[in-house]
Amino acid sequence: MNWPTERVPQRPPTAPGQWTDQRIETWVGIMLRTGVLLAAVIVLFGGVLYLAHSHGPRPDYSHFNAEPASLITFSGIMHGAAALDPESIIMLGLLVLIATPVARVGMCIVGFLMERDRLYTWVSTIVLIILLYSLFLHK
Amino acid sequence: MSALEFSLILLVSSLAAGLLGALSGLGGGVVIVPLLTVIFHVDIHYAIGASLVSVIATSSGAAAAYVREGFSNIRVGMFLEIATTMGALLGAWLTTRVPTHAIGIIFGLVLLYSAYTALQQHREIITRSPDALALRLRLQGSLPTGPNTHEAYVAQRVPVGFGLMTLAGTLSGLLGIGSGAVKVIAMDQAMRLPFKVSTTTSNFMIGVTAAASAGLYLRSGYLAPALAMPVMLGVLLGSLIGSRLLARVHVRTLKIVFALVIVALGIEMIVNSLRGAL
Repeated sequence: MNWPTERVPQRPPTAPGQWTDQRIETWVGIMLRTGVLLAAVIVLFGGVLYLAHSHGPRPDYSHFNAEPASLITFSGIMHGAAALDPESIIMLGLLVLIATPVARVGMCIVGFLMERDRLYTWVSTIVLIILLYSLFLHK
Repeated sequence: MSALEFSLILLVSSLAAGLLGALSGLGGGVVIVPLLTVIFHVDIHYAIGASLVSVIATSSGAAAAYVREGFSNIRVGMFLEIATTMGALLGAWLTTRVPTHAIGIIFGLVLLYSAYTALQQHREIITRSPDALALRLRLQGSLPTGPNTHEAYVAQRVPVGFGLMTLAGTLSGLLGIGSGAVKVIAMDQAMRLPFKVSTTTSNFMIGVTAAASAGLYLRSGYLAPALAMPVMLGVLLGSLIGSRLLARVHVRTLKIVFALVIVALGIEMIVNSLRGAL
């Protein structure tokens, strides 16, 4: 594809050390990998505890009964995890996992601010607001 | 079956799903729900909960590899995430309202459609007219083609892409899948972005989209920890192994095999839903 480049406004070249999209993405990549690894370790730890404590038959998932209140609220999960309840620890790991992409959007806001890209600072902020709304307010 | 045996079987099956998903490019999430509902008789709400968390894990876990290649476009991704996250909110809300058999039928149809798109030969459509709206939104970039060569690209038909992304988000929230197939079509076919840019940007967007439904899934009690644990760990491990093996396997044959598995599961889900057995 030979694009007539003079018709496409190119962004000015950036000096080394300046914030670029590539640099934002590198940091985001490291953060995502760290987040998912941390989440997996916590889930695995909770899982080992869970299996060490459970001797009965497999749980029945064939009918839907919403999980108990202690496993569906942030405070319930935190309390349970502090008391080393295996299922709460697994849920804590899942919360870390869910927080990882949210943190990614937060990092992009900072990156676009550094690039002085006002339009995309706003775009990322809108995405972050939708995510926070869905996590905390959406019924 | 004891809890330990059940967890181990789920771990191995999810690992296989993640491995095949990564190798075929279809994603592991798309088979987790039919696997859990059709084979393990898990209620579809728990199944989509476990699937959604594995989708987030896979997307975040694969990100590092995609960053290194330098094909993904963060502006295109971020702009379209407004559409996918809003769609995901709608989709997650719909799961609490739509009857189970209807979710099953929609899921089956999405499976059949994913299999169909996976087997299509890919055609690159190149348009050369710069699009005014896309330029104003800076939905452009350049694709490395060699050591010192780049190809510039600009998105086309932004509103169509945005609409398709809203649909992708709704399906993701409703079914607990990444809907990578719809995301790639929105960018590659509707917005005419290069294929490599579309697939890598789609992977980045999947985690953010899925995170937008996770809150409602959590509060609705869809996230069963003991079920999600082996599924998430299995899919994550499988997809990481799969992305390492990618260069060494014959993808075309594998795609056909996996597409056939998906067709079978899709038909099974539709039949079970119609019989009220899901």
